[in-house]
Amino acid sequence: MIAAGWIYWLLGGFFFLVGVQIALDRMHPRRWTTAAFWCLFGASICAGDAVPSWLLGAVVIVTALLAGVGLTGRGTVATTSEAQRQASAARTGNLLFVPALTIPFVTVLVVLVAGRLSFNGRALIAAGSQTLVGLGVATLAALAAGWMLLRPKQPAVALIEGRRLLEAIGWAAMLPQLLATLGLLFTQAGVGTQVGIIVQHLVPEDSRVLAVIVYAAGMAGFTLIMGNAFAAFPIMTAAVGWPILVRHFGAHPAPLFAVGMLAGFCGTLCTPMAANFNLVPPALLEMRDKYAQIKVQIPTAIALFAANVALMSIVPFL
Amino acid sequence: MIVLLGVLLVVIGFALRVNPLLVVTVAGVVSALLGGLSPLHILEAFGSGFAASRSVTLAFVVLPVIGLLERYGLQQQAKALVSKAAKLTAGRLLLAYLLFRQVTAALGLTSLGGTPQMVRPVIYPMAEGAAMRSYGDVADAVTETLKAHAAAADTIGAFFGEDCFVAIGSVLLIAAYVDANYHLKLDALQIALWAVPTAIAAFLIHGFRLLRLDATLTKLQ
Repeated sequence: MIAAGWIYWLLGGFFFLVGVQIALDRMHPRRWTTAAFWCLFGASICAGDAVPSWLLGAVVIVTALLAGVGLTGRGTVATTSEAQRQASAARTGNLLFVPALTIPFVTVLVVLVAGRLSFNGRALIAAGSQTLVGLGVATLAALAAGWMLLRPKQPAVALIEGRRLLEAIGWAAMLPQLLATLGLLFTQAGVGTQVGIIVQHLVPEDSRVLAVIVYAAGMAGFTLIMGNAFAAFPIMTAAVGWPILVRHFGAHPAPLFAVGMLAGFCGTLCTPMAANFNLVPPALLEMRDKYAQIKVQIPTAIALFAANVALMSIVPFL
Repeated sequence: MIVLLGVLLVVIGFALRVNPLLVVTVAGVVSALLGGLSPLHILEAFGSGFAASRSVTLAFVVLPVIGLLERYGLQQQAKALVSKAAKLTAGRLLLAYLLFRQVTAALGLTSLGGTPQMVRPVIYPMAEGAAMRSYGDVADAVTETLKAHAAAADTIGAFFGEDCFVAIGSVLLIAAYVDANYHLKLDALQIALWAVPTAIAAFLIHGFRLLRLDATLTKLQ
């Protein structure tokens, strides 16, 4: 059975080696602290649940604060010029797409084919890890394909180019995991329960449409705070969806809950708390305005939210 | 009520554009203290939360491959390829990508997209290549708008496609939660089917905006 553990060693190892490269770079504006940030981040990903969680937690907080108080910076990595790239593209042509497209297609292949295989009655890939294993296998396959196609002179060139991209993302790379942790802390501290109580006080008992609006707005609003509609669903459903809309007004549960979740997704489109969807892409695309993607998404989110409210006011009550 | 102070801290921190890592760490510690967790519990929560959520960072594992291909001109080749297709404007290209992303995600193939593996190396350069055919050298404002729209099409396509697939997290969560708490027997397929009208609405709304994108770009240029 193939588990997902080795993939985190691959990822953590990459981050750690980026830290080592920065430590060796005399020109880096924040050499030692940035090196420490990536080495600690990488080591934490490798270690995962193999070390006591209080220790990992302490390391994670120190790493986050290193970047949080502004001690990290971005170095310059030597790469090819625009002219060199155009010449190389003209030489290699569309074959350049082969390693790039290897990543998504091999991932899907592993999920669809290897995910179904079993050996001696045990699944070949551990349940729930198919996509992770797929991405790991696909990355190695793409690296091999790229290597054979391009035959780079420097053996470590992929790691150097990887550092260029990772430094472009910078500390934002850590944000999604830290936000997931914040969600956990909010839940443990009882934030969801409190929000549920407040929403319950807002629901009018006599108006079906207003109750639908409160449920949908609650899903979107709580998702804005948590960055994740999954956290909002149990709270809003327990406060409004089930007691008021299903039990009191007789809504059909399947369409109500399905569209209710999607009303929450409209909130995800508008919040920096969904960092992996809304803040990491602008960092990776090296955009000047880190909130530009959210700004593009807001008009679609508002129109789609209205469409969802309309659907929820009609379909579950037919 | 007092635990909501942590939420307030996050909102204020983001509004004032304080470094998000600092905001999130401080807000996490403050909410946990207000919620009555001991310092050791807080460290443990940070550790177990970080360990349990490692999969959200995994997309970065592809960066060395993407960087290698960029070094040898992948983005330039994507631009060159598109510049041959005469009717393909930036808006139409992103519309086609939105449709591709929604349909493949609805079939459970969410890994066929994403910013590190698709948008940065292929989709955004193609959109810029299409714009370059219309305008020649593109203005900075056009580049920035194209980047934002390429990323948005990827996210919107994934969100409002994947929910039409039976075995996706959100559908399974709805079924599991409702069945466990209210003793219903909701069929996951039913929930997935009821995501289809919203998926169509998302395509119409965002697709309409993408068709108007070319006019916006002309104004920015």
